Amino acid sequence: MEYNFTYTIWIALVPLLMFIFIGLTGHKYKPAISGILGTTGLFVSTVLSYITAYQYFFVVGKVNGAYEKIPAFNVTWLNLTENLHIDLGVLLDPISVMMLIVITTVSFMVHVYSNGYMKGEKGFHRFFAKLSLFSFSMLGLVVATNIFQMYIFWELVGVSSYLLISFYYERPTAVSAGKKAFIVTRFADLGFLIGILILSFNTKTFDFIQLTDPNGAAIAQGSGVAFMGLSVMTWSLIFVFMGGAGKSAMFPLHIWLPDAMEGPTPVSALIHAATMVVAGVYLVARLFPIYSISAPEGLLVVAYVGAFSSLFAAIIACTQFDIKRVLAYSTMSQIGYMMVGLGVSGYGGHEGLGYMASIFHLFTHAMFKALLFLGAGAIIHAVHTNVMNEMGGLRKHLPITHITFLIACLTIAGIPGLSAFFSKDEILTAAYHHNPVIFWTQLFVAGLTAFYMFRLYFRVFWNKEPHYHHTPHESPLVMTIPLMFLAAASIFAGYIPFSEFISSDLKPFETEIEWMPVASLSILAGIIGIVIAFILYKKESSLPDKISASFKFFYRWAFNKFYFDELYLFVTKKIIFRFISVPIAWFDRHIVDGTMNLFAWITNAVSFEIRGFQSGQLQQYGYAFISGVILLILVFVYIFTF
Amino acid sequence: MELTFNQIMFIIISGVIILFSVLTVTSKRILRAATFLLFVLVATAGLYFMLNYQFLAAVQLTLYAGGIVVLIIFSILLTSHISQKFEEVSISKKIFAALAVILGMVLCIITILQYEYSATTIAAEELNMKIIGRSLLGYGREGYALPFEVISVLLLAAMVGAIVVAKKVKK
Amino acid sequence: MLNTGIPLQFFIILATIMFFIGVYGFLTRRNLITILMSVELILNSVNINFVAFNRYLYPDNLQGHFFTLFVIAVAAAESAVAIAIIINIYRRFTTINVEDVDEMKY
Repeated sequence: MEYNFTYTIWIALVPLLMFIFIGLTGHKYKPAISGILGTTGLFVSTVLSYITAYQYFFVVGKVNGAYEKIPAFNVTWLNLTENLHIDLGVLLDPISVMMLIVITTVSFMVHVYSNGYMKGEKGFHRFFAKLSLFSFSMLGLVVATNIFQMYIFWELVGVSSYLLISFYYERPTAVSAGKKAFIVTRFADLGFLIGILILSFNTKTFDFIQLTDPNGAAIAQGSGVAFMGLSVMTWSLIFVFMGGAGKSAMFPLHIWLPDAMEGPTPVSALIHAATMVVAGVYLVARLFPIYSISAPEGLLVVAYVGAFSSLFAAIIACTQFDIKRVLAYSTMSQIGYMMVGLGVSGYGGHEGLGYMASIFHLFTHAMFKALLFLGAGAIIHAVHTNVMNEMGGLRKHLPITHITFLIACLTIAGIPGLSAFFSKDEILTAAYHHNPVIFWTQLFVAGLTAFYMFRLYFRVFWNKEPHYHHTPHESPLVMTIPLMFLAAASIFAGYIPFSEFISSDLKPFETEIEWMPVASLSILAGIIGIVIAFILYKKESSLPDKISASFKFFYRWAFNKFYFDELYLFVTKKIIFRFISVPIAWFDRHIVDGTMNLFAWITNAVSFEIRGFQSGQLQQYGYAFISGVILLILVFVYIFTF
Repeated sequence: MELTFNQIMFIIISGVIILFSVLTVTSKRILRAATFLLFVLVATAGLYFMLNYQFLAAVQLTLYAGGIVVLIIFSILLTSHISQKFEEVSISKKIFAALAVILGMVLCIITILQYEYSATTIAAEELNMKIIGRSLLGYGREGYALPFEVISVLLLAAMVGAIVVAKKVKK
Repeated sequence: MLNTGIPLQFFIILATIMFFIGVYGFLTRRNLITILMSVELILNSVNINFVAFNRYLYPDNLQGHFFTLFVIAVAAAESAVAIAIIINIYRRFTTINVEDVDEMKY
């Protein structure tokens, strides 16, 4: 059945219009109005997204047992060659529709929440304008019909992320964090661009439908040509993954994510938990058929990078004290999970379990991680600090936050019945069948995850209550309603039969939980983590300090994030700046500028010498003119008689 | 060789023109210089008569001799004393100017004398006012309506411009 | 050739002499009004050329004749504007000596 989906462009355009409107006129009226405007705009997008999802999955539904990729809207923007052109449009397929739901839901919740959280902040309307811009960019990214449009919106997302991280532009740390995020992701995007260029050079197309058609010409292209042992296709996809790794804060391009927590907490919830950071996962998922069919080595890279990042981040998360940083590392770890899911997946049918599980986890993670961040925001709002040592016993003061936070923690720990149990379990199942090493790593990470989340939970809500300057109080309703909604989503999202909707080859398949050994092991890991956290942090004790003291060297290493910031600083400052930039700067300042200055100096000196000719004496000019004419007559009439 | 009347007239007129031209540019008194210029212009009108262009000669007399010279004399009266003498111009300036001028003049005259002008066989016809009037306002092949109109506009513009430039600035 | 008994070259040589006398005046005179008079001489010499060429070489056409006419008109306009400028200069500098009017130098 043909169905007209043209209205889907408004899902992205409404936030854009809101951005322009609020950005241009926001200072004219009360801040509260701009908040309401932004929220309304997102509400419209959300409703449209749900309508789209309903129509896509249930009205149009499956054709020949598979979901179709529907180009709902398309305009050609740049014609590069006869066949190669850059379009702008909307592509609907299961994952993009699912992403629309995730983004608009979380973004709407964050908008509602921000009305309370940001109340009275300077630049309230600016904040909402930027949120709308971000929503627009992210929505444009997921509905991109071609890889180039995706790249364009990819950069827009980077810009709006930069703007939002450095929202408190008077704070130097926020500014430098914004710059760091922008530069690191830009560097990664360089790889993305190179990847796009190689990919499109080989396949002669940007279009996703043509690129990812498993029987199409594009996939067959370029896989034969080899360079350094890998096919050109593999190289291009590894480069593309580099861009994805940058945005998704995968090792070793993760360093910007913890610093990005300098931004307002709703921003962290929206950008650095639920939407932008999963763009890398989305990118790999989008190009999955190519990865899977013509570049399996690329997929292996994805899997190992994901696995390592998730372990790495989980270890650091156990040592951090800033609650938002713990959550940031947790996000990195969970995205590592998603990458693993993609990496261990095969193509088609039940083989594609990992693919489905990864997207499933993306969905559930968006819900519970947004909930965690918004809960953290509520905590920070109440006690005015980020550091968990200055908190404790908050369960009495913040009952709603406490309950919702607990739900989120249980969810991420993988307790059966809650959403992340299902998604994480399926990732682990896929890993178990494809790559045992990664499976055991991820199982360990699952235990670590439960540990550090409950460390956070017990430390903040139980433990000893410090002396607060004023009694913490529960946040207003406008902030707690999103919390409750997201808590409900975290609980029930797991019961969506995801494999009915999303699969690597667009055909639904059946899944079931493998209780033995995968699910039982993961539950066991989660419970062990929770129990350890309970013992160490339920009440104030000196045990944690003793443990950290006995692993002193390793603890300090992890606490300082394995010294990666220092390493990068060393590489950039000590090596690149000193040995490349400084000589170039010297060359530019002395040789290039010197040459130009010499020209200027010569001109100046000569004109100073000859300015006497410009005497203002009319008759001198006349004399020069006439003798010149006579000279010319002499030369051309009498000397050179051609 | 017998001189015809025309030749005698030409010698007289060219003698007058050269003599008074030189006086115009060398006279120490400015009003005299203006008067000598008037003589030159009148003599030029004589040349036009000789060439049988009566209308042009009349225009020369009225516009040049009558209009422009009077304008110049007025401006002299506005800006100088009648009997004012010029201070002497430096000799070197005179010599250099004379050198350039004589060199140029010699060059030009040599060029003119070297060139063979092809004689025309067409007989000169009588140029009466009717033809001039029709040509001046005609728009055909022999018509000069466009330059005529352009000149009219130019004169108007010059008039307005002259007034604006010479007007006293209100303080 | 017109039967005046005078060759065309004589007219042109006369015009040349007049032209260069005008140039000489332009180069040596210091009073702006006399410079203007020199310019009139130059214009006049050119007129003679036009007329003589017209009469001797193309008596059936009248371009030279009318061109002279227009030159005279332009000369009138020119001298009117020039004199306006001279008067303005006199008002501003209280002199019309060309050597003293050198504001537009380096």
